[in-house]
Amino acid sequence: MTAYLRPRDLDEALAARAAHPDWMVLAGGTDLMVNANHRPVPVGMIDLWRLHAIGFVRVADETIAIGAGTTWHDVERHPAIRERLAPLAAAAREIGALQIQARATLGGNVGTSSPVGDSLPVLLALDAELEVASVRGHRRVPYHAWCTGYRTTQLATDELIVCAHVPVPGPTTRTAWRKIGTRRAQSISKVMGAAAITLDGDVVTSARVALGAVAERPIRIAAVEAAVRGQPLAAAADAARAAMRAAIQPIDDVRSTASYRRQVAENLVARFFSVS
Amino acid sequence: MKLTIEVNGEPRTLDSSPWKRLLDVLRDDLRLTGTKEGCGEGECGACTVVLDGEAVNSCLVAIGQCDGRSVTTVEGLATGGVLHAVQRALVACGGAQCGICTPGIAVCAAHVVDRGLITGADDATARVRIRELLAGNICRCTGYQLIVDAVIAAARETSGLP
Repeated sequence: MTAYLRPRDLDEALAARAAHPDWMVLAGGTDLMVNANHRPVPVGMIDLWRLHAIGFVRVADETIAIGAGTTWHDVERHPAIRERLAPLAAAAREIGALQIQARATLGGNVGTSSPVGDSLPVLLALDAELEVASVRGHRRVPYHAWCTGYRTTQLATDELIVCAHVPVPGPTTRTAWRKIGTRRAQSISKVMGAAAITLDGDVVTSARVALGAVAERPIRIAAVEAAVRGQPLAAAADAARAAMRAAIQPIDDVRSTASYRRQVAENLVARFFSVS
Repeated sequence: MKLTIEVNGEPRTLDSSPWKRLLDVLRDDLRLTGTKEGCGEGECGACTVVLDGEAVNSCLVAIGQCDGRSVTTVEGLATGGVLHAVQRALVACGGAQCGICTPGIAVCAAHVVDRGLITGADDATARVRIRELLAGNICRCTGYQLIVDAVIAAARETSGLP
């Protein structure tokens, strides 16, 4: 029978992870329990649901640290996140629906690292940093270096995700989030993306633009970021659109086609820079 | 593993694989077959129950995770033989057809009504909010109109929604 452990604190969790690297680590289970009766039965489970040590939101002036066990329901309702990390709250509201948001966690999205994880382009656009831990100690990984391929990450087999440190965008940075799917709730995204655009007056001084569902992992679009730098906002949308053309190689699959994704991704990125 | 769960207010003890789904324990072990399985993927909401005060898909919860926690199923919505306001409104408004999605909708709607999550200064705004809150419950019969009618009626009756 599957073994089961519900650690009481982070030390217990890390010891369990080190002792049982082949056990399933789960919190809300909204990915790992899909079709559970048709999946291989896990050897053991380390249940991190509501583990206090990863269930926090810590608000500081320049950074908000969000524990890995924080649900999207918690993220969407947190006043500081809604006000200061608006695209993350917006993404949280479009992940699944009520039942999924009540269970699915930030750490789950980051750990599963699906190319269609809705929060992931936001973490790229906001230049988040992840804190992971093991019995060997804590370390930080910039989120842009986290994903190593299709559903693979830098997480070692004895490590757990503790939290994301998310820098709060300054007053001259505008942010955006947009998801396109067959419907707003539940459906998996065809394309989604986020941006953080820093302006000096109406000139773009720097931008981070990230997309999901257009590659094997969530990606920053370096060509767009370079093309808009130094452009007046009025010209940036066209520059972004032009740079998008060769920037992504999306695929055909059950949810959409490469050509649709390419067109929508261009429109979406151009709209991030539209004067409003 | 041995575990204890409070189901509809009563403690139940079980010996189960922790990997077994809450949905299967409810239906097969506890014979509470009001909770339905639609997709088994967390897409349809037919298996919605309230777990520790949150509406969740019981197909996505491992029973090991429920030890020491409390669950309310559709069988637990009525109190003292009186249906929940949402259940009465679903009957009155004709908000059910084939019935497979109905228990999940009743549980989710009762949860959002009881928690006062339905807000809106006017009818149209409240209806948009209800559709967002119930977006995780798929119905292939009704077109949702009569379900939304029922939920808004229940919210007006119990929580003073204008």
